[in-house]
Amino acid sequence: MEKQQLSKDPYNIVITGVGGQGNVMASRLLGNMLVRKGCQVTIGETFGASQRGGSVMSHLRVSAGSVWSPQIPKGRADIIAALEPVEALRVLMRYGNPEVMVLTNTRPLYPVAVIGGELDYPSPEEIGTTIRELSAHAWFIAATDEAIKLGNPILGNIVMIGAIAGTGELPISREDFREAFLNSMPATKLDVNLRAFDLGVEKVKQAGGLKPVPAPPK
Amino acid sequence: MMSKLIAQKEGVEYLLMGNEAISRGALEAGVSVACGYPGTPSSEIIESLCRVAKEGNLYVEWSANEKVSMEVAAAASFAGMRSLCTMKQNGVHVASDFLLHLAASGIRGGMILVFCEDPGALSSVNEVESRYFAPMIEIPLLEPANFQEAKDMTRWAFELSEEIKNIVMVRSVTRLSHGSGNVIFGKLPNTKRQAEFRCDGPILDPDTGLVFSAPVVYKHQLQQEKIKRAEEIFERSPFNTYEGPEKPGVLLITSSICYLYCREAISLLGVEDRVGVLKFGATWPLPPSFLKRHLSLTDKILMVEEVRPFLEERVKILAAGMAPEMGIKTFYGKETGHFPSVGELNPDLVVSALGKIMGINSYVGMPADYEKKAQALASTKTPQRDLTFCPGCPHRASFWLIHNALQMDGRRGFVCGDIGCYSMAILSPAGGFGVMKTLHSMGSGTGIAGGFGKFGQFGMEQPVLTVCGDSTFYHAVIPALINAVHHRANMILIVLDNGGTAMTGFQSHPGLTVNAMGEEAPAVDIARICEAIGVKVEIRDPFDLEETRETINRLLEDEEGVRVLILRQICGLSPEKKAAKRYEVRIDEALCLGENCGCNRLCTRIFRCPGINWDRQKKKARIDEVICAGCGVCSSICPAGAIKREEAA
Repeated sequence: MEKQQLSKDPYNIVITGVGGQGNVMASRLLGNMLVRKGCQVTIGETFGASQRGGSVMSHLRVSAGSVWSPQIPKGRADIIAALEPVEALRVLMRYGNPEVMVLTNTRPLYPVAVIGGELDYPSPEEIGTTIRELSAHAWFIAATDEAIKLGNPILGNIVMIGAIAGTGELPISREDFREAFLNSMPATKLDVNLRAFDLGVEKVKQAGGLKPVPAPPK
Repeated sequence: MMSKLIAQKEGVEYLLMGNEAISRGALEAGVSVACGYPGTPSSEIIESLCRVAKEGNLYVEWSANEKVSMEVAAAASFAGMRSLCTMKQNGVHVASDFLLHLAASGIRGGMILVFCEDPGALSSVNEVESRYFAPMIEIPLLEPANFQEAKDMTRWAFELSEEIKNIVMVRSVTRLSHGSGNVIFGKLPNTKRQAEFRCDGPILDPDTGLVFSAPVVYKHQLQQEKIKRAEEIFERSPFNTYEGPEKPGVLLITSSICYLYCREAISLLGVEDRVGVLKFGATWPLPPSFLKRHLSLTDKILMVEEVRPFLEERVKILAAGMAPEMGIKTFYGKETGHFPSVGELNPDLVVSALGKIMGINSYVGMPADYEKKAQALASTKTPQRDLTFCPGCPHRASFWLIHNALQMDGRRGFVCGDIGCYSMAILSPAGGFGVMKTLHSMGSGTGIAGGFGKFGQFGMEQPVLTVCGDSTFYHAVIPALINAVHHRANMILIVLDNGGTAMTGFQSHPGLTVNAMGEEAPAVDIARICEAIGVKVEIRDPFDLEETRETINRLLEDEEGVRVLILRQICGLSPEKKAAKRYEVRIDEALCLGENCGCNRLCTRIFRCPGINWDRQKKKARIDEVICAGCGVCSSICPAGAIKREEAA
């Protein structure tokens, strides 16, 4: 297999969200797509107790040939894909830098302390402004809303994988997604997942690919 | 779909989770029997072997507890087959009584114990080290440092085990077990061994005699000779490696996943030509000659490991003995404060320790002005996410009822707990309303309650309750329950039966009708066990709030002996139930009085199911249809009757 040339080596991706959103599945699918392309991939993640309503995070290290640590060093993320908007902010505080690209699902999942009224959840405008302030490129994607239209909110994670592919930053295509999906998931679910993937690609392309998106989420 | 784990494609590269790599290694070694008890981060080893059990002609089981799993695996070894048992760090302590006897009796077919530890307690209630068992009971310890090694060392561990005829410990950690990386597959063997227990030879013959630790001093001597043999093998082990310059200014000594942190730190600091890494894969017994050769390369040594200074202690002891020839070395590590003595490590901590020793302070992880801006802008916009029971979780209903009953009772009753999702009942207010007041090992809630339940003679008048899960009941509660009954302890045991080992991902247990390999199995009934012990048992559905409330109240009034209540309702995430809503739930906005109700926002502020939101504009509750699991319990708690539920289509 051809050795892949990456714009950075290692190329560091953080996929973040809340337990139950399909973080682990998204990181493994993306990882499998990249391994198919001859990349050396390390994924770091934790699951278990942290799943129950807690913040979750997967670290993907992509390289042409070295095994990197399953934890990204502080300030060294290249792409942050957030399945939940506040989680994008949380990850930016530890792994962000002026060059980072951020893809954010706009649908909030409120912590119980917010529901209970002890803590505040920022407004969509505040989240949008802050993410743009702290990144070089930002995309806001209504991934869960689109997934609901496709019939299942969990497909939001696949929309976000499509969005990552849509940035053109990684050597991955629709075909890689198809192959990686079929390697671990039933073929009957392929069509709807491909539609979710395509939607993610499309959303990023519509927003001008590698350009900042002016409008904050609604 | 065939699992990639038994793909015959030798030399092909796959992305495997560390635990899957361990499973593949065992398959390449020709393992026949695999047993374990679920525990994060170890569970996927047995899970992935279950999936290939039929095709791979394996026997795989989720045992009732870790000690039993080791005993079943040992039987396989005695019958000449290769076997594996797995558990998390706590599990080794549960199994340790058998382990120490096994280490003394020795084994026949290759047998390995894979234990997965959790530095930083990412998914545990402790970060205890089990590596110390290796020197304590004198058996070898291996520590893979990446995903490829997780596979290769597991395979090799079986060979080592047969070479020295003793069990071998293989240690993984969360970041390896739950991480994933590229793994190149090796060959799978074509044949499996026959099972036969040979026991009619001369009694001391290791292959045909008795499997026993006596005569003790003779067998102990034999065991130490085995360790000496392992040490010789480790002197030449390809898993112990040095990489770096011939004369490094600083030598890092490390093992396990910290090896990758070391490499990353060296790369980030750009000191490849000045720093070497001595990585131990075979960590006990440490090979002295190999160690001495590398200690001699430099005078400054930084020990890089997580939790306890296990390697650090051993290396220093050996270095002290070598000092007359080798000279005095300066060691840095936990004891010098270069690393924290608790929690897990990461590349940044290694950068910081190494930079300090080398006088490098030019490394910038995150630009200072960016960090300042990020803190200023984002720290007030990132509300903490407390752990809580999932939407639709039966434990929320159970603890709601227990909490309310204890409040009404008014005698300061409390709950003794143990390990499971229900451990979150120790949290307040997000978890189980803070009713749980003690939390220790599996089954210990019942043992402790049995103690509290005897203290009436010393004036104790508080009601004593304990809870356990269904899997925990079989694991460790039964002896504690027998003890409490026999001694007439005054206590209530509530079994939170949610139909599987839910916390770790629905592994089977003896109460279910299907075993780990998917075969039909006789279910061992909890209620009948309790009755046989002599306890009266009642069974309720925690979602039936009214009836369950009455039952708990009555049990609290009844002050005689041990009472058992089984609260049975399947986990909201269980495969049978997942995504199927029993009810469609909605808020009738005309009926929800919000802050004016006088209920203190019972649903969102106190009951706190994440499926119910608070609409700050309308000042009314709102159901999040994506989150709500449709259990319908909240409709029974709203005093205004504003939460409506209808049977889902």
